[in-house]
Amino acid sequence: MPFTDASSGESVRFEGVGKSYGDVDALVDFDLAVNPGELVTLLGPSGSGKTTALNVLAGFTQATRGRVLIGDREVQGLPPEKRDVGMVFQSYSLFPHLNVFDNIAFPLKLRGVSRKEIAERVEDGLDMIQMGDLGQRMPAELSGGQKQRVAFARAVIFRPPVLLMDEPLAALDLKLRESMQAEIRAYHQRLGCTIVFVTHDQNEALALSDRIAVMGDGKLAQIDTPQAIYDAPQSRYVAEFIGKTNLLEATVAGSDLAIPALELTLPVADLPAHSAKRDGPITLSLRPERIFRVCQGDAEAYPNFEARVEDALFMGDMVQYRLRLPDAQTLIVTERRDTGGARPTRGATVQLGFLPRDLTPIPEPS
Amino acid sequence: MPRIFRHWMLWPALAMLLVFFLMPSVDILRASVMDPELTFRHFERFLERAVYMRVLWHTVEVSFVVAIVCAVIAYPVAYFIVQSPRRVQFLLLLLIFIPLWMSILIRSYAWMVVLGREGVINSLLMGAGLIETPVRMLFTTPAVYVAMIQILLPIQIVTCYSAMSDIDLGLVRAARVLGASPWEATRRVFIPLSLDGTITGMIIVFMLSMGFFITPALLGGRRDLLLANLIEFNVTQLNWGFAAAIALMLLLAAIVGIVVIRLAARLLLRALNGALAR
Repeated sequence: MPFTDASSGESVRFEGVGKSYGDVDALVDFDLAVNPGELVTLLGPSGSGKTTALNVLAGFTQATRGRVLIGDREVQGLPPEKRDVGMVFQSYSLFPHLNVFDNIAFPLKLRGVSRKEIAERVEDGLDMIQMGDLGQRMPAELSGGQKQRVAFARAVIFRPPVLLMDEPLAALDLKLRESMQAEIRAYHQRLGCTIVFVTHDQNEALALSDRIAVMGDGKLAQIDTPQAIYDAPQSRYVAEFIGKTNLLEATVAGSDLAIPALELTLPVADLPAHSAKRDGPITLSLRPERIFRVCQGDAEAYPNFEARVEDALFMGDMVQYRLRLPDAQTLIVTERRDTGGARPTRGATVQLGFLPRDLTPIPEPS
Repeated sequence: MPRIFRHWMLWPALAMLLVFFLMPSVDILRASVMDPELTFRHFERFLERAVYMRVLWHTVEVSFVVAIVCAVIAYPVAYFIVQSPRRVQFLLLLLIFIPLWMSILIRSYAWMVVLGREGVINSLLMGAGLIETPVRMLFTTPAVYVAMIQILLPIQIVTCYSAMSDIDLGLVRAARVLGASPWEATRRVFIPLSLDGTITGMIIVFMLSMGFFITPALLGGRRDLLLANLIEFNVTQLNWGFAAAIALMLLLAAIVGIVVIRLAARLLLRALNGALAR
């Protein structure tokens, strides 16, 4: 089956890439190395440079500085059609005057593939996206999810070593988006191509990626596996962008770690092993789901502190509390609903605890 | 709300059409066969006399040529405008629109000034010593063509422009990254998607040409008269029945012309898609 042959993905590298529009820097000294066959998401808010990076890679935008490599090929300066990358667009960009079959066949026709082989490969592609009998439909007759599948098949039908996806699921509703994420992962495994995926949706990035490249202000803020990004953010920006978190100011003095907001002093040795333990101020990240209520009897087992409930937000499987600490800082805590006992009401004072190893020090920008 | 009131917003337009279009049309139809009693002699006369058929054919020919030349000139112009930055687009469209604000009569007279024996072109050529005696341009068939094309071109440009500005340029980008050179992307995506609007423009220009009357009268020779000129002549002669019969023949020819343009467009589109298959 020609279509399902795992095409070998190629690496993608940005080396010191810069892009300015007049005085505005859309991309600043951007370095990124994507391994062959890897699925990397570029994650960031709008204006973070993620779309510019993708456009530079696709050839729609020329970088002002730096080098862009696909495999061993330097591609900066090449027009899009010479780069041999597939691309899926947010608006699908299916050709409205061509039916599903001809849309998917489009890249093959341009590559001079014989009519017979085109028919075979497009049929395979239609089977892969489970739209085998819809080849004659026009794009206007398809649902959003079907359009997305056709766009995907069209982008990979010529077995490009690199596939670019520009917020491809942003227009779909939540349920469909989640099932499409699972499909994309499955296709990725099957096709073996390298995927660079742009999104502003952190949940999507966490669910899909082999690695996430978090971007901000045209720069790469951090690149790592979803778990490492979530558990060990390397900057305040990343900690606040990925998931919800509580940032606590603390001070290290000798072997003591003082957290004034919680009125606690802990041994520095309790912090995660990899963290810096130099004397001085330090910012700690404590995820809301890592904080829990403690009963009177447990008070000795965990470092604990008091806070007043300001607000409780019901989220189905979870309840999210906004609490006020004695020094007036707010704290967010999420709790699974199956936790026993009565839920604290607004205005109640609760006793909260956490494990010291869940305190993640945020390196200060050097 | 009762069903009949649902489309009340259309009523003024429908009333207008009924009174000022449908009723006069029926009246013309009646006049063509009821002058003075039920008879087909006006149509017979039209079909039997070679001169009338020749004018009919000439009218269709002129209209087709004008429609095609306008489309060929307008398409690249509209493409250029669509590709320009927004501000420039506005300015260019304004320039295209300005001639439309002048009446056809005035523009036809202006062409007499330009093309005449002592006109602008002849004076320039003679002043430059390129010719000894004035070239005869006025009262010729080319003069009619030039003026009609100049008069109708803005309409075709604007129709093409509006069709092109509706095209999502993201589609052209998509074609590029999927492997199409700039020309391939234009041929396989942009042209097919802008063809419908271009054809609509051609039909408008064709229909307007079929009714042209002042311009051939002022700028053409005796053999450049169009059907509309014959209608006018017969009306002034109070040959109401024959004038009505010519008008109906003109209408029939226009309908046939539109069908032919539509068919040609479909063939062209198929040829473009066929070329795609290779």
